[in-house]
Amino acid sequence: MTTAPELGPGRRVVVTSPRTEAGQRARPVRRRRDELVDQTGVGEVLIRSLIRAQLGLALRVLAVVVVLLGGPPLLFAVFPAAGRVEIGGVGVPWLLLGMAAFPLLVLLGLVYMRQAERHEREFAELVEH
Amino acid sequence: MLSVIAVVTVTAATIAIGAWGVRVARTTSDFFVAARAVPPRWNASAISGEYLSAASFLGVAGLVMKFGVDMLWYPVGYAGGYLLLLLFVAAPLRRFGAYTIPDFAEGRLASLPTRQAATTLALLIGWFYLLPQMKGAGVTMSVLVGTPYWVGVVVVGVVVTANVALGGMRGITFVQAFQYWVKVTAISLPAIALLGHWQRDDAPPVMADTPPVFAEATDVRLDDDVAIDVADPVVVVADGTVDGRPVDGDLRLDAGRHDVARGTRLTFPAGAAAPHPVDLPASAGLDWGRPFGPITHQEDHPLFFTYSLILATFLGTMGLPHILVRFYTNPDGRAARQTTVIVLALLGAFYVFPAVYGVLGRLYTPDLLMTGQTDAVVLVLPERVLPGLGGELLGALTAAGAFAAFLSTASGLLVMVAGTLSQDVLGATSVGGFRRATVIGGAVALLLGLAVEPFDINRLVGWAFAIAASSFCPLLVLGIWWRGLSARGALAGLLVGGGASSGAILATMLGMAPDGWPGSLLGQPAAWTVPLAFAVMVLVSRRTPASVPSDVGRTMLTLHTPELLGLSHPARRSSGARG
Repeated sequence: MTTAPELGPGRRVVVTSPRTEAGQRARPVRRRRDELVDQTGVGEVLIRSLIRAQLGLALRVLAVVVVLLGGPPLLFAVFPAAGRVEIGGVGVPWLLLGMAAFPLLVLLGLVYMRQAERHEREFAELVEH
Repeated sequence: MLSVIAVVTVTAATIAIGAWGVRVARTTSDFFVAARAVPPRWNASAISGEYLSAASFLGVAGLVMKFGVDMLWYPVGYAGGYLLLLLFVAAPLRRFGAYTIPDFAEGRLASLPTRQAATTLALLIGWFYLLPQMKGAGVTMSVLVGTPYWVGVVVVGVVVTANVALGGMRGITFVQAFQYWVKVTAISLPAIALLGHWQRDDAPPVMADTPPVFAEATDVRLDDDVAIDVADPVVVVADGTVDGRPVDGDLRLDAGRHDVARGTRLTFPAGAAAPHPVDLPASAGLDWGRPFGPITHQEDHPLFFTYSLILATFLGTMGLPHILVRFYTNPDGRAARQTTVIVLALLGAFYVFPAVYGVLGRLYTPDLLMTGQTDAVVLVLPERVLPGLGGELLGALTAAGAFAAFLSTASGLLVMVAGTLSQDVLGATSVGGFRRATVIGGAVALLLGLAVEPFDINRLVGWAFAIAASSFCPLLVLGIWWRGLSARGALAGLLVGGGASSGAILATMLGMAPDGWPGSLLGQPAAWTVPLAFAVMVLVSRRTPASVPSDVGRTMLTLHTPELLGLSHPARRSSGARG
């Protein structure tokens, strides 16, 4: 098959209205978004990368919790002297479990929330640009 | 008497706010989920109000008094569970649009049997968790007013059932938010006043090298038969029966074991060492205040116990069905995250205080160690330590807080139990069906509550967490993050994890658990049942790829795509509950 018929005189060719910048951006928006919704190969790659990023973040924060709060019982069991250290007349286990653990949990929660939302913004930008 | 007025006031206020909510709650949707219009700050207060139960308000202080610093893993785990909920569950679950865990199980896995297993477990956990609330109410009423155990159980059971049946979730959201602030005020103000008194008292050392002694002459009345261990000979004034002989007047108690009959009064002189029950050996403040202290008398394997407790509380929170119901009332996934972080802050602000009562209780109310009523230390300490009207008022405040704790947690649990019952068992999604289910759920909890008097509050709560951590936690984490989870795998994991943990707990409750390692493994099962449930779900899913739902890609999209992208989030229509 040749291309001749398409170039024939009966074919209408649009020469006016060059595509604006907005128009150029508008088309890929719909396409990537559709790829996401239609679960095409590209859409799958996009959503998988988001899930991997979010899971990685969650596991990293979890690792911090495991070390900082999961570590002490083992530490106190293996080195009882560690459980006898005092700061300002109060035992370190009391300070850790009675006080410090709670702001630590809030701090980790805030760090996680900021990062998770950043991942989502980046994902949205990727899909919309 | 002030305490009784405080309890009545909190109960009346709960009913009044619930009634106010009734006028707002008109449609079925309002009834079940407050029409999804609760802003994060309110929602976080409500979740915290619902969550801070008898175990947190009374139990933690009592355990710290008995067993020392090791028990602080309870509050740390109760709060820390919300961080893990934030990391793995909060936003995706909200985006999925599941109202209950059974909704999630069915929607994610397209499997009715999985939904039925989840329904059974949700009811099991809900009723299990209701029992310690009933027990707390019974004990509190008998300490405050001297009524028999069953009176408190009936009062809380009836008030909560009526309130939930009339107000539904909308009313309850306001009630719960109100009760967080009641509880945090009621635990913090008396604690601060008590610490001030301790300072003025020249700050007697808590971690002394001796066991607790009576700071002043103390009158102890025993409500049960108790076998006590006397460390040093002491002359007491006795009225009642000691070692099988009736006594009235001065009595010399030699070192060693003595059997004291119910109803006996013993007056100890100031400075005498407080005798301990024979099953709780007295420990010097120094041992008590260090890791792996008195707990070693109770647990054969304290390190295992600690890790199992950490696992149950950190992972169990995300599997508590009554808490997850409330996440659905967030407008979107982002709000669900914000709500969770605010909950962490609100719980942290609460949990620094219960330990104060446990610590000062050893100095000022050591008789509770002897009578075994350490769970009452929060209620008893303010009046005993602080003089005059101030002490009475602060004592009334802790009584009000304790009642707020039973009412709010029991209400939240009952909303969940009734919602699950009406949808999945009665097959009715109307307001009338919800009300019928509430009455049934409340009646079951009330009757079972009458039977659990012998069990320790935190033990019961810890068990509810262990079951949740061994069943719903793996279902949610794998369901949200792993495409490969199959319907068969999820079902097998729920049955094995939920079955193993509840079986172990039942064996322990019925006194069938042996000594040594097997007993430890059964008594605190999370350390092996949680990994077991995860392993079963993964291994069975790998072998049954055919039962991985075909729409898993779309589900993953719904779970993880941020709302700001503006994709439509097709709500899963697995039931009519969402109106």
